Amino acid sequence: MKKELKTEIERIAYNCRKATLLIEKKQIIELNPREKMELKLHLAGCYICRVYEQQSILINTMVRSLFNSPVNEVKLDEEFKKRLQKMIENKISGRR
Amino acid sequence: MYSEPVIDMNSASTGKELLAPEKWVELHADYLYKYAMTRINDEDAARDLVQETFLAALEKKEKFRGDSTERTWLTAIIKYKVIDVYRTKANAFTSKDEYGTPPDEAEFFDPDLNNWKKEHWPAPFADNVHDPLHNKEFMSVLQKCLNKLPPLWMSVFKLKHMDDEKTDSICEDLRISTSNFWVIIHRAKVNLRSCLQKNWN
Repeated sequence: MKKELKTEIERIAYNCRKATLLIEKKQIIELNPREKMELKLHLAGCYICRVYEQQSILINTMVRSLFNSPVNEVKLDEEFKKRLQKMIENKISGRR
Repeated sequence: MYSEPVIDMNSASTGKELLAPEKWVELHADYLYKYAMTRINDEDAARDLVQETFLAALEKKEKFRGDSTERTWLTAIIKYKVIDVYRTKANAFTSKDEYGTPPDEAEFFDPDLNNWKKEHWPAPFADNVHDPLHNKEFMSVLQKCLNKLPPLWMSVFKLKHMDDEKTDSICEDLRISTSNFWVIIHRAKVNLRSCLQKNWN
């Protein structure tokens, strides 16, 4: 019985694939108590996954803010806008 | 005694929004273009989507009930079209499994032990950036890395983290199961993080 438990803990302690999946899940929904326990246990002993978690959270924040970033100051060219305007006006007058 | 005020839904003074198509280009074209560009990153396709959105909106402008603003309504139309593009791209992509994984995808974890392969260990990002949110360069690398993701992963990832879309509706829109959703969210992030580490210093 005791031996089994140890294996179980080891299984969690070394499973970075599962731990990082839980890190992603945690940022979207609440983990169930078992998952919470597993992740806590894993992170306590895994520095690499702690780095991963920190960066994963950072990335989510940044993706959300990409909108307001100067990188995205894209605009339609005036020529194309004129064509759109004409298209809309033609459609409206065609209907009336 | 309190009673609800009587509102005449047919009167002009209900404060309901009205459509003014002749002003759409001036008021919303750049916004919609930016919306599409952030999500599909293809100038021609984004322009097409703006045009198609205006056309579709004109077709069904009788259905506009004024419950939302004109811009919200137009955005809902273009969003639907963006998802359509996502679906088409994901379907056209040759992947090695049902998760939309590219054939040359790196194996980040040991197949047996499930721990990180040493060459893929996450390392702290360069600490010369105290405020990555306002770091232009970091943002542009992030953008590039996002656009390098295989189409299904990029779609799921952007819908979730950019639009905060409900998991159920993402699964429905992109026709994936919930368990596949988690696998994809996970792989997309592991991949994205690794791309950032490689390309930003």
